[in-house]
Amino acid sequence: MSTPLERGVETLKSQVDARVESYFSSCTGCGVCAEACLFYLETGDPRYTPIYKTEPLRKVWKNEHTLWGKLSTGLGLSKPIQESDLSDWEELVYDGCSMCSRCSMVCPVGIDIAYLIRKVKEGLSAAGFVPEGLQRAGERALEFGSPMGLTTQSLRNAIAALEKEEGVSIPVDVGGAEYLCMLSSNEVVLYSEYITSLSKIFSAAGISWTLSSKYFEATNAGVQKGDSGLAAQLLERVVEVATELGVKTIVSPECGHAYITIRWDAPNLLGRELPFRVVHILELLDQLRAEGRLILSGSFDERLTYHDPCNISRRGGVLAQPRHLLNQLTPNFVEMHESGEMNWCCGGGGGVSSNERAEPLRLKVFNIKKRQLEALNVSTLVTACSNCRIMLEEGLEHNDMEDVEVVGLTELVAEHLE
Amino acid sequence: MFEQLVDGIFWDIALVVFFVGIIWRIVDVLRRGTSKDLSVSRNSGVPGAIMANIRGFFPHREIAPRVRMKVVAGYMFHLGFLILLFFAAPHVKFIAEHITGFSWTAMPYWAFVVTAQVAFAGLILLWIHRLLHPVTRLISRRDDHVGAILVFLVMLTGCMALAEISSELRVFHRFTVELLMIYFPFSALMHAIMFVPSRAYTGAMFGRRGVDL
Repeated sequence: MSTPLERGVETLKSQVDARVESYFSSCTGCGVCAEACLFYLETGDPRYTPIYKTEPLRKVWKNEHTLWGKLSTGLGLSKPIQESDLSDWEELVYDGCSMCSRCSMVCPVGIDIAYLIRKVKEGLSAAGFVPEGLQRAGERALEFGSPMGLTTQSLRNAIAALEKEEGVSIPVDVGGAEYLCMLSSNEVVLYSEYITSLSKIFSAAGISWTLSSKYFEATNAGVQKGDSGLAAQLLERVVEVATELGVKTIVSPECGHAYITIRWDAPNLLGRELPFRVVHILELLDQLRAEGRLILSGSFDERLTYHDPCNISRRGGVLAQPRHLLNQLTPNFVEMHESGEMNWCCGGGGGVSSNERAEPLRLKVFNIKKRQLEALNVSTLVTACSNCRIMLEEGLEHNDMEDVEVVGLTELVAEHLE
Repeated sequence: MFEQLVDGIFWDIALVVFFVGIIWRIVDVLRRGTSKDLSVSRNSGVPGAIMANIRGFFPHREIAPRVRMKVVAGYMFHLGFLILLFFAAPHVKFIAEHITGFSWTAMPYWAFVVTAQVAFAGLILLWIHRLLHPVTRLISRRDDHVGAILVFLVMLTGCMALAEISSELRVFHRFTVELLMIYFPFSALMHAIMFVPSRAYTGAMFGRRGVDL
């Protein structure tokens, strides 16, 4: 029976691949990554330097895969990984990194630090060093199918209420539908206008779509926690319902990590190609606009800007689509100083938002977003991730900036259908 | 005796360790491999890998003002070092006699002095920054300092040897070069080679997703 430390170290060892090896072999310790990290810049604490957060994995790589490491470990000159090497990094990795990948964009030797952090999380998770909030989110996701503990009955209740109150039709479990829309739990309990908007948009475009009453959750607590086994189990449920319904395309909701997980990571986590296509809702909306199937009308008169969710823009590649849509909707769309692939994170990505312990730090690093918004003097902040939306609303409230309204782009599109 | 060793067996050992070590490190990376990305890509990863290798030479626009000193000092040292390596008159002669069989125009003495000063200034600036800045001080390892000291010694002895006042200075320079060659494959100095696959892996990943680094 192995100890948690042994499990953590073994897991870290198993994470070393050619990318990890070339990354650590290239690092010169130049510290440029720190200059792109909101956690370092807003706290001034060098421990938040992105590459420093990968230290547990680097130590394993050094001890196991370098000549000096093997020699010094063999001769007893360097210590093997201790429990403190893992426990001391839990806060840095889970509280002080939103896996926004901004550091990966600027590293002079091209290290994808977010890729390394993801692997560090696997080791910490295997050793049991996971924040309580994330641990519980993972357990709820496995038990109920939702990190918030929502059941499919909750979804059915929400749908019934929306159909009654909004007068829309929301198809459920329609076999052979063109699109299966996955949701995040946030969109069921907090931003149900997203579901209403889907109904209006698909109706206007004449598209068949459906929700699944069996499994609706697109977010993946396994990815946030750093537990590939859990991540794969949750993804299998998505594949199962899509296969049962016979849909050809899954629509990822307004959620950053849900999108990269289903779109980019799922085939690799499952070890096979997906039997369906995955698109983000913004990709689909822009495609429908370009095809003339979605005619937008009216103009949004107030000055607005767009917050790029990191995993949709920088790590997901959905950069042009929201801008096409916003420029169609309003002449008053303005960009933040650093946007698109170099946007600043809301501070709550990578599972930070599920980690109550990280809240003070998260609100502190929100200062970057606050300054970006103050410089623009906008009244509306549009985004396309329900998690970002919560973080933005909380951050604005914390800074007495409630006069800036946060809205989802899908909702904005639905409000301006011809 | 020492001169014979440095010009003879030490040099042979250094050459073998340098090239075999580098090849071993590269093969080690390739052998480890990565699992095939099964996701459906938007674009080919190849242009992304190539562009990442080119763009990596320039700091990202958004952070350029914050890293100006590092970039300028980095270029001063690296370019200066490469120019000295390939265009200092004794090096041109040595390479022609021992490796290529042909030579090219060496830089004049005054250019050597200027280049050496620029390279020294860059190296010293980077090192001071490494020691003084809280971030680089925290993330620097012994290996980073050993590498910097070795390179500094190689450059220093090289400048001293250029005057050709005594044969001992040339031998001492060659000895430090041999130490550097033996240390290189097993140290952070390998970044001089490994940055290529590193940038390529990341560039390909982003490229497949339609994001320009």
